[in-house]
Amino acid sequence: MTVLTDVVVEARAPWSGIVPAGGTLQIVDLGGNQAVDCLFYLASDTAERYSAPETLVWQGSVYLTTGTVLRSDTGRPLLTVVEDQVGRHDTLGGACSKESNTLRYGHHTRHQHACVENFLAEGARWGLGKRDLVSNINWYMNVPVEASGALGIVDGISAPGLSLTLRAHEDVLTLISNCPQVNNPCNGFDPTPVRLVVGAP
Amino acid sequence: MNESITAAPAAGTATTDGARAHARAQAGAVVEHMPTLPASVYSDAPSGVDPSALVWAERVAGGGYTHRVVRRGTTVRLTDVDGDACAHLLVYRAGEPWERLNVADTVKVQWNAYLGVGQLLLSDQGRVLASILTDTGGHHDTLCGTSSRMRNEHRYGSGQAQGPSPAGRELFVLAAAKHGLGPADIQPGISFFKGVRVEPDTGDLTWVGAAPTPSHIELRAELDLLVLIANTAHPVDPRPEWSCSTLEILAWPGNPTPPDRWPATASPEAARAFANNAEDLAARGPGAREAS
Repeated sequence: MTVLTDVVVEARAPWSGIVPAGGTLQIVDLGGNQAVDCLFYLASDTAERYSAPETLVWQGSVYLTTGTVLRSDTGRPLLTVVEDQVGRHDTLGGACSKESNTLRYGHHTRHQHACVENFLAEGARWGLGKRDLVSNINWYMNVPVEASGALGIVDGISAPGLSLTLRAHEDVLTLISNCPQVNNPCNGFDPTPVRLVVGAP
Repeated sequence: MNESITAAPAAGTATTDGARAHARAQAGAVVEHMPTLPASVYSDAPSGVDPSALVWAERVAGGGYTHRVVRRGTTVRLTDVDGDACAHLLVYRAGEPWERLNVADTVKVQWNAYLGVGQLLLSDQGRVLASILTDTGGHHDTLCGTSSRMRNEHRYGSGQAQGPSPAGRELFVLAAAKHGLGPADIQPGISFFKGVRVEPDTGDLTWVGAAPTPSHIELRAELDLLVLIANTAHPVDPRPEWSCSTLEILAWPGNPTPPDRWPATASPEAARAFANNAEDLAARGPGAREAS
């Protein structure tokens, strides 16, 4: 495999890049239980983007793991999870924001850094704005849904060094926020770096 | 979908006079699926709803859509008239559509994936767009969004808006365009009157379908809202044939929820969401607050 990109995304930082059709994106959870918030856009038309509902509906399940086809809002397959060393990942919980932090934890968290800030800052480099942010993927985040419908972010099931790999069906613009949240267990209360490796087709 | 009752032209339509007479003769027709204007003359208002107060009365066929801007405090009542409607909703702050329903925040902040009485539809700005005041059915969905054209072509052979099994997204594209919004403004939404549950161990989606008897829900707008509604089959409806029946929409004005009243008092998260509404409106000045 020819490596196009091999970077370590620092704790709390964003990243973006194109994964070419046929290429791969590997995400390595270096420190363990580090939520990696992620959005995908069709590179040739960013109005078409990842859709959590389409992805869930076509596979009939809410968890993402090996074999999951990540679809756009038109139903088009964008990428497939080809390897997952953890077992399941979330796409219900969305991204943390300064605004939702005020509801979840109180107004003292209003000025803490958040994933939406990362998405907005990194997306702006590609001409994307707030309306382009939709329900995202949270790699390595554990969100069980109970029979009552109760759901929440609980302690993770990942570990240091575990990884997952996606293969792209299209040229895909990838937005990543290495989640800075410190008010719930999604990062083990200690945000850590993650490694990204983009492989050529 | 086409409910034309146009008779063959009596005087002919070869001239503009004839064509105008023919066009004008159609006025006053009543079909099953249409808006009633003014809404106050709607004849089927349920008991407890004062028809003279109505500001929106409309029946939408399966496969149809509608949209409206409603003032803060307005109650919007959606009724599954014949037991097989599925009302897909997108909600935006009127005039500021960059603030909109955030389904992920709605389920995450309230610690529950299933919608019911007292739950709030939250915006991505930490505010309450609408609260659910009444729910007689309990079969709704926050997870599956609406159908795509590709999905409906796969399931039914067709998904175009004008076809026999319109995809919700195709309908939303049209509704959104009427308010200056494009496909990039269409985000995951919610749906009422068809339920889906998650199997706790596997995460598999289980279809529970419609409530046992025709039901209705009432939403209160807690900010001025743009509401887009598509009435079409749920994307995981397992029936091989596309099916969706009449949705009735009624709305009447009222007051938004005061911060010391249910459902603002239903949870600490709700209290802070309503506090965020109040803070925003207070800074905008008296004009923004006069409805309360």
